[in-house]
Amino acid sequence: MNARRARLKDHRAEAALFRRRAVAGFALIVACLAVLAGRFAVLQVARHAEFATRADANRIRLQPLPPARGLIYDRNGVLLAENRAAYRLEVVPERVRDLQALLHELGGVVALSEEDLRRFDEARRAKRKFQSVPLRFRLSEDELARFAVNSWRFPGVEVVPYQTRSYPLGAEFGHVVGYVGRIDEGDLRAMEKRTDTDVASRYAGTTHIGKTGVERQYEDLLHGEPGFEQVETNADGRALRVLERSPPTPGRNLYLTIDAHLQEAAEAAFAGRPGAAVAIDPRNGEVLALVSVPNYDPNLFVNGIAQSDYSALLEAPDTPLLDRALRGRYPPGSTMKPFVGLAGLELGFRTPQDTVISTGEFFIPGQSRGYRDDIRWGHGRVDLELAIEWSVNTYFYQLALDMGIDRLAGYLGQFGFGAPTGIDLPGEGSGVLPSREWKRASMNQPWYLGETVIAGIGQGYWVVTPLQLAHAVATLGNRGVRERPHLLLATQDGLGAERVAVAPPPSPGTVIRKAADWAAVEAGMHGAIYGDHGTARGLGDGFPYTIAGKTGTVEKFSRTTDAWDTRVSDAELAARHRALFICFTPAEAPRIAVAVVLESAAWGGKDAAPLARKILDAWLRSQPDAPATASTGAGP
Amino acid sequence: MNAPLLDRLAQLARRALQRPRLDLPLLLALALVMATGLVTLYSAGDKDLGLVLNQGARFVLGGILLLAISRLPPGMLRTWTPWLYAFSVLLLVATALLGEGRGAHRWLDLRVVRFQPSELLKLTMPMMVAWYLHARPLPPGWRDLAAVGALIAVPAGLIAKQPDLGTALLVAASGAFALFLSGLAWWRIGVILGAVGAALPVAWHYMHDYQKNRVRMFMNPEADPLGNGWHIIQSEIAVGAGGVTGKGWHHGTQSRLEFLPEHTTDFVFAVFSEEFGLVGVLALLALYVFIIGRCLWIAAEAKDTYSRLLAGALAMAFFVYVMVNGGMITGILPVVGVPLPLVSYGGTSAVSLLTGFGVLMSIHAHKKLVR
Repeated sequence: MNARRARLKDHRAEAALFRRRAVAGFALIVACLAVLAGRFAVLQVARHAEFATRADANRIRLQPLPPARGLIYDRNGVLLAENRAAYRLEVVPERVRDLQALLHELGGVVALSEEDLRRFDEARRAKRKFQSVPLRFRLSEDELARFAVNSWRFPGVEVVPYQTRSYPLGAEFGHVVGYVGRIDEGDLRAMEKRTDTDVASRYAGTTHIGKTGVERQYEDLLHGEPGFEQVETNADGRALRVLERSPPTPGRNLYLTIDAHLQEAAEAAFAGRPGAAVAIDPRNGEVLALVSVPNYDPNLFVNGIAQSDYSALLEAPDTPLLDRALRGRYPPGSTMKPFVGLAGLELGFRTPQDTVISTGEFFIPGQSRGYRDDIRWGHGRVDLELAIEWSVNTYFYQLALDMGIDRLAGYLGQFGFGAPTGIDLPGEGSGVLPSREWKRASMNQPWYLGETVIAGIGQGYWVVTPLQLAHAVATLGNRGVRERPHLLLATQDGLGAERVAVAPPPSPGTVIRKAADWAAVEAGMHGAIYGDHGTARGLGDGFPYTIAGKTGTVEKFSRTTDAWDTRVSDAELAARHRALFICFTPAEAPRIAVAVVLESAAWGGKDAAPLARKILDAWLRSQPDAPATASTGAGP
Repeated sequence: MNAPLLDRLAQLARRALQRPRLDLPLLLALALVMATGLVTLYSAGDKDLGLVLNQGARFVLGGILLLAISRLPPGMLRTWTPWLYAFSVLLLVATALLGEGRGAHRWLDLRVVRFQPSELLKLTMPMMVAWYLHARPLPPGWRDLAAVGALIAVPAGLIAKQPDLGTALLVAASGAFALFLSGLAWWRIGVILGAVGAALPVAWHYMHDYQKNRVRMFMNPEADPLGNGWHIIQSEIAVGAGGVTGKGWHHGTQSRLEFLPEHTTDFVFAVFSEEFGLVGVLALLALYVFIIGRCLWIAAEAKDTYSRLLAGALAMAFFVYVMVNGGMITGILPVVGVPLPLVSYGGTSAVSLLTGFGVLMSIHAHKKLVR
């Protein structure tokens, strides 16, 4: 009965029960919503700063603005490297309905090469659909005009102005100024290793970097500092508006020590024959001309060289990509004689008056192999002056033998042979300064006396670069005071700004101790030009300053017979000889020193010396105080 | 010709004023929430007036349904309840067989309108439980519990199978709330909750991968910040960046720049939080609390058990939507596709909610006259 009663509905009790439950439920709800409100408070008050930052990090992107690269001039302000306004075509894939059809149609308006299309495809895959992808660089005037007329047919294709590096003098400065190219993986790896600056942010918007020459050496000066734009982007990364902008600082302009006219004259003097010439101001080490023939057009490399062009350069037999002035390896031959003679005097093995009899052939005591003079019957009795003037081998054979190779090498090393001169260009060669130690280290062989003998005339293991030779002759001209060769003369902050002179590198030291020693050697080099039987006689004719010089002729191959053969033609000799010439002028106070190497020419005096004269003539035109009358060679 | 019609209208208006069938405070609160929703949508949709008008049209449709249902006596609803319930379960079965939708069979295309039958259950489920308990002596015993359990389990299971776990839980909860309000003994509630807790590992086993991922992401969203964790992280950033006073209307960058996904639907609350800050959030939550409280008050005033349980369950279900959505956008609950009631863009949710409030208005209109 009781149970049954309990099962009947009691409306009043149920309503009261409901009310209690409703109150309990409401309390629960309010408690839960209070927790929720607490969570909102945590996010919006306690952690507000954190999330505000993250919201900004979401939407604000720093967009780098690459700086304009500094310009490069020669010492007189002739432009060697500039930034030229160019136009490129860019495509926004998102705005194009049928890309293939568009490219096909566009090909009828502007030329599109396979290479262009391949690069475009690659770039397109790396970018988002709404990002602009470059298709064709360096549109010509014609193409610009044609596209302008037809642009309505190509929605999503735009002409975009940009700056491209250009070298107005082209190949002439290919080896000196070098070129910039697209930043590649090697550049990125090199940048990662650098710790001095924040390279990643410096190069954030930069596409090109100096690859060779001055462009590479002074990359840091030329590059400048990028600016930045703060842009607001959406979740897809599309830039919507610019919030803030700080402009880039352009790179510094560089003035080189090179005289473009001298460079041009020197290159022209080669007339395409492979070789190198270097002209240096002995007083300060300023490099006035740095020529390597043949050369190449650096403009080809700026936007990626075509494979066919590159193969042609690589496979050319006369290796135009090799900078002969800096890295060429040549035996110096007789151009070494003034230095060897000087070593004899300075080290006390000879006085200027000591003589040697040249019989035409020199023998090491107890050996049967003969070392020859240029003249079959010999020059007779000669002192140092005549030995240099006539280039008498026997004098230097005996001298080298008396000094020994290590003393000889030790002294000549002070002129900078066997080591890079330290010029401000990348990739300089160091040549070979032969010595016992060098031969043991590099060939693991003992030194032979005969090698000392031929070292006395600059043959054998000797290897010099034209730059080393020029540096040495400049040092000689400067009476033994070395000045490190360098190319950077001044810098400039922007076009209108003052040129700021760059202090030349410190002098590595003085090589000649006694002025009389220098005078004796200079007399020999003077005689080579003005003496009756000088090896370069007649070279100074009509030149207002006195020239001091020395020829050098080196056989590329060892002779195979003992036969004397004088009936060979110059052309045949040219295939076997290298011709060299070194000189400085004015002899009493030199302002220019020149070294010339011709890879294939018969004689130093006949072929290399006139080339040097052309350089001197060109230099003369830049000297406002040059006397009008010709020097007779009558020294002071 | 027009005079008789005008007379009739005036007569109706007079009667409505003399004896209002609508609870004006509740109506006002709902209107405020809907207005907030439209204002937020205008910003979240990036000043897309079409979006706002579309949603407004649904509110109008929902409002008409609300008015119409409020005129029906609860007794009539109660009579129809088993049929409505059976009909909605039938639709669920039909959806399972014929339905369409991205990856999940949720939508039923009726040529004229496409809608989710599971939405219907949000209303018919508490109606059915209330209908059943109305006839039983309360508090309910084990046998009633088993019967109600079956009534809940069948449609909830069908919905979970779609698979739409969120809605299944909401539908089950709305039935469970009716049971709770009927006075089910606390100890029995404890036993049930214990059993559910024990069953969770089993449920995990049967969950779909994407559902498991959502739960995992909720536990540690930073583990995959660009993938599954993106929603939670971007939503928290939006809320947090709002600060106390907010960034201002249409100045929320998270939604305008499309970092926030689903920013007009499930994550519209995050947009609101970013633009109106903690002040706005507290105001909106206060409005919701007022609506829930008012509905519970209407339930307490109702004249019979059916009306009481139904009104109470609807009120508590409404709370669950707010809680689940708010918890989701602040990262204290997993990402479940539950819209913020009357604010998120979406027709089905708005119309079904307003229909539910129509039932509440009807109960209010037919409350007992004496205590």
